[in-house]
Amino acid sequence: MPKITYVAHDGVETVVDVAQDDTVMRGAVLNGIKGIVAQCGGGASCGTCHVYVDPENTKPLSQMHQVEDELLYFTACERKENSRLSCQIPVTEEQDGLVVHMPEKQL
Amino acid sequence: MRGESVVVVGAGQAGCQVAVSLREQGHRGPITLIGDEQAAPYQRPPLTKAYLAGETDLAGLVLRQDSYYEDHGIKLVRGERVIGVDRQARVAVLGCARTISYDHLVFATGARPRPLPIPGAEHVLNLRTVADADAIRQRLDGQIGLDVVVIGGGFIGLEFAAVVRKLRHEVTVVEAQPQVMQRAVSAETAQHLVSRHRSEGVQILTGTGVAAVREGLVELADGTVLVADLVVAGIGVIPNTEVAQRAGLTVDNGIVVDAHLGTVDPRVYAVGDCARFASTHAGGLIRLESVQNATDQGTTVAAAIMGSAEPYTALPWFWSDQYDVKLQTAGLTNGHDRTVTVGDPAEGRFSVFCFKNDRLIGIEAYNRPIDFLMGRRILEGGNSLTPEIVAQPGFDLRASQQRAA
Repeated sequence: MPKITYVAHDGVETVVDVAQDDTVMRGAVLNGIKGIVAQCGGGASCGTCHVYVDPENTKPLSQMHQVEDELLYFTACERKENSRLSCQIPVTEEQDGLVVHMPEKQL
Repeated sequence: MRGESVVVVGAGQAGCQVAVSLREQGHRGPITLIGDEQAAPYQRPPLTKAYLAGETDLAGLVLRQDSYYEDHGIKLVRGERVIGVDRQARVAVLGCARTISYDHLVFATGARPRPLPIPGAEHVLNLRTVADADAIRQRLDGQIGLDVVVIGGGFIGLEFAAVVRKLRHEVTVVEAQPQVMQRAVSAETAQHLVSRHRSEGVQILTGTGVAAVREGLVELADGTVLVADLVVAGIGVIPNTEVAQRAGLTVDNGIVVDAHLGTVDPRVYAVGDCARFASTHAGGLIRLESVQNATDQGTTVAAAIMGSAEPYTALPWFWSDQYDVKLQTAGLTNGHDRTVTVGDPAEGRFSVFCFKNDRLIGIEAYNRPIDFLMGRRILEGGNSLTPEIVAQPGFDLRASQQRAA
């Protein structure tokens, strides 16, 4: 299974096996990783699964749709160039090794 | 209150959240989460969406993976029903006669589909559980062009209709009220949803009751007969309150709880679909059937067990996906006496601002997620938006708040 690394705001890293076609968000929630809230469970409705994709990332990621783009203006922490909603990033073998950083807060 | 044992009766979204939040908030005592389904706790919203469409499986629905419960010391009891609670002895009694003692007990028993009070109801399927969805998938599997009749034009019925239409079946929705989603959204929003369904080829009949269902046929109250290979009903739910009632708790269309979601017994709480609570947003006792309510109440009760005195005041919000329409509502729009529509309905992107006595009580955002999120903040913080302000040409919610700030 693809491995995704979640870096908490305090720097603690957790590596998780994420099932094919699950999302980066679900990889965190299923394993009880704090730092991703995902109030709406993946409906691109709440903006509480905000992550910063590692600046060194070279893995291909899904394209950002309009809803995600608009929601990212309402996240609890500042939107940066590498901001994504993790519920909108599906995981396949191509994302094996992806590193995401979690913001200080989601609410 | 560390070390005390908590029993959660019901392992849906709300019950699971109680257990998860207790551990996140540092509770150290035993937690037992008891559900009557075989599956580990899972999300229900995808049952009418991705799961029904075959785009995800049960593993894609579960709220936590199996190892989570073990790793966090949460005893998950599956496929077992609590049949009684003895509040004097402080024990929950399972169907298998086993008893589990508690210091705190949380009812998260959810709700069940309201039965159709008509002849032939046994031919009608419901859609509440993963087993229900599997039964429907089995009936649809590998075929196209089946005649599918949906009884009830609420969230469940319309989401189901949209998915089944995409699977290339012929779909008719029958709604007894004059408007679909009458309890949930304004006439403006309902009208747009109906237009959208019709443009996709779904037939929607309103103001028409169903008189009877027979093998392969649905008879309407006005005498119309519809051919039906499959009949699915979504006409609302009944809260599961029987065990609470037998335990002597106050039950009135839900287990009645106070502002902290507690019952008359200080050791017993209720959350989620089964709880009837005093809502500051509704101005009276309500029950809400939503993910937001389940998770926020679960978190609130966990905090209450940990000694917090914070009342439950979270703003209600909902969402529904139908075709490529994302409908999101912030606040409760029920009971509004005036609406102002902003945006471009013809383009399928607009928001309906709902007012009662000139006070904004809710926003329905139709493919306008910014209005939804802004709306939540405004409604949470108290607001001063009037119909006159919103009705001004070129009104923009975001710009209006930046000016106000």
